[in-house]
Amino acid sequence: MSYGSQRGQAPIRRRHPRNTYALYLVPGALAFLAVIALPFAMNIWYSFTDWQGVGSPKWTGLDNYRQLFEDSQFWESFRHSLAMVLAMSVIPTTVGLVVAAALFDFVGKHFGSKLASVLRACFYLPQVLPITVAGIVWSWILAPEGGSLNAALKAVGLGSLRQDWLGDPNFALYSVMAVMVWVQLGFPVVIFMSGLQRVDPALHEAAELDGTSWWQRFWHVTLPQLRPEIYVVMLWCTIAALKVFGAVYVLTKGGPADSTNVPSYFSFATFFEKTQVGYGSAIATVMTLIILALAVVGLRFQAKAEDER
Amino acid sequence: MTTVKRFPALAAIVVGAVLMVLPLLIVLNNALKSPGDYSTHGPLALPHGIYLDGLKDFWNRVDFGRMLLNSTVISGSVAVLGVVLSVLNAYAIGIGRVKGRTWILAFFVLANVLPQEALVYPLYYLSKQAGLYDTRLSLVIVFTVIQSAFGTYLLSSVLGAFPKEIIEAARIDGANSWQVLYRIVVPVSRSTLGVLLVFFFIWTWNEFLLPLVLLPSNDNQTVSLALGVLQGQRLMDATMTNAAGLLGALPAVVFFLLFQRTLTRGIAVGSVK
Repeated sequence: MSYGSQRGQAPIRRRHPRNTYALYLVPGALAFLAVIALPFAMNIWYSFTDWQGVGSPKWTGLDNYRQLFEDSQFWESFRHSLAMVLAMSVIPTTVGLVVAAALFDFVGKHFGSKLASVLRACFYLPQVLPITVAGIVWSWILAPEGGSLNAALKAVGLGSLRQDWLGDPNFALYSVMAVMVWVQLGFPVVIFMSGLQRVDPALHEAAELDGTSWWQRFWHVTLPQLRPEIYVVMLWCTIAALKVFGAVYVLTKGGPADSTNVPSYFSFATFFEKTQVGYGSAIATVMTLIILALAVVGLRFQAKAEDER
Repeated sequence: MTTVKRFPALAAIVVGAVLMVLPLLIVLNNALKSPGDYSTHGPLALPHGIYLDGLKDFWNRVDFGRMLLNSTVISGSVAVLGVVLSVLNAYAIGIGRVKGRTWILAFFVLANVLPQEALVYPLYYLSKQAGLYDTRLSLVIVFTVIQSAFGTYLLSSVLGAFPKEIIEAARIDGANSWQVLYRIVVPVSRSTLGVLLVFFFIWTWNEFLLPLVLLPSNDNQTVSLALGVLQGQRLMDATMTNAAGLLGALPAVVFFLLFQRTLTRGIAVGSVK
């Protein structure tokens, strides 16, 4: 790709010493210190204190963390995070693979790439909506009275299945998960479709000549070829799932009875509703550690996978 | 594959695509109904006549024009400033190859992965100290930095592969590093910069947590924030809800249609790098 850059030393000595380029980092570095590094350090510091946001913070050492590890509400919220990983990462990746492969080497080849890209746009559309719009749309569709889902169930004679989808603690988490699958599906579809464009068509043709079925080709050709994209999608979707906030705020506010509470909403409520800033910061810090650990492991994994190629 | 098998598979994919769009179609359907029509015929029936007063009422009630303006000003400024900051950082890292660039880059990646929850209270506190609380400027500053973390990461690898001959030729002609940046590097990379511009705009438009915390008063709210807060308060009836859904979705859909190519290309670039 970068032709020429490997050719020994530059023939002419640079007139400017290399490190003048470092000056271009100054605005970015200062902005980062003010907006990311300092606030993050403050957050960690708050997490060792007892503070209501007014007066001065009182140093309490590891008390918040000790309390956090015994707080069943926190662990409950963390379990819901795993449900979100299922809904926002595992399911969209799996379904997205099938949809992308079908769109690419089936709709695209036999019905034209125009139709394939229109269909792809349909799958991607929820991704560009503000999450609050998705929330408004779905909380009305899922509403117990006058909601479209219940009306549709009644119309097809399944009235007995009607539920208060977001208001019943037995269903709320599944309803939020379903909404998140809808929100997230377009991202893997688009990435996998562009990944498929890079796969050598000869591989598919060879397999086709061998008389393999579509599923066999999907399993033995498409999947291994898309491995780098699959890692990237899983990693970013999992991180997004651990951070999910807006959807929970708009759909359920963590309720009913905490059945859809997630760490992100839990920390928000602890900061701004209970005004326990120290404890909220401890939640946010633990969340950060988990996400960073995941990101580091994920990036390593991805780098290894790319080396193997 | 035989023709007989082709059509059921096509049908399945088309049904899937329709299901994805269906929620928005239902909202469109109901946003055009009068409250009476809605309560008599239910959410699934087609409207008996077009009724636009619901949309008008909602627009006036939340001062939607103002929200659109706020969102545009904030997202537009962030997109431009974020790209500028990303270019400066990436120039030093990708082309200047400054010492310790791997670590600097790792720092930017981690800043991008960091959950906003770990910044939100200090940012709330600091913005109050700085007198920027409840101003659009506070959001512009914060999101410029957050978006440029991703921009720096992406652009550094793009510029890392920049043809060295062009830069060296310009240097021999006496161009200084600033001239190389804005006369050569920026024009040559403009398609990637365009992708970043579109992404930063949409991402900022859709943000919710930080606007929720930093912009309490109605006058400064963005579209996403205003809709989220209204929904959270559950003050809306069915007509209002559908109007909100339709008006909220419309700018995103228009933007999506305008920039679909840039978006899909950008997602691909972002995923492979």
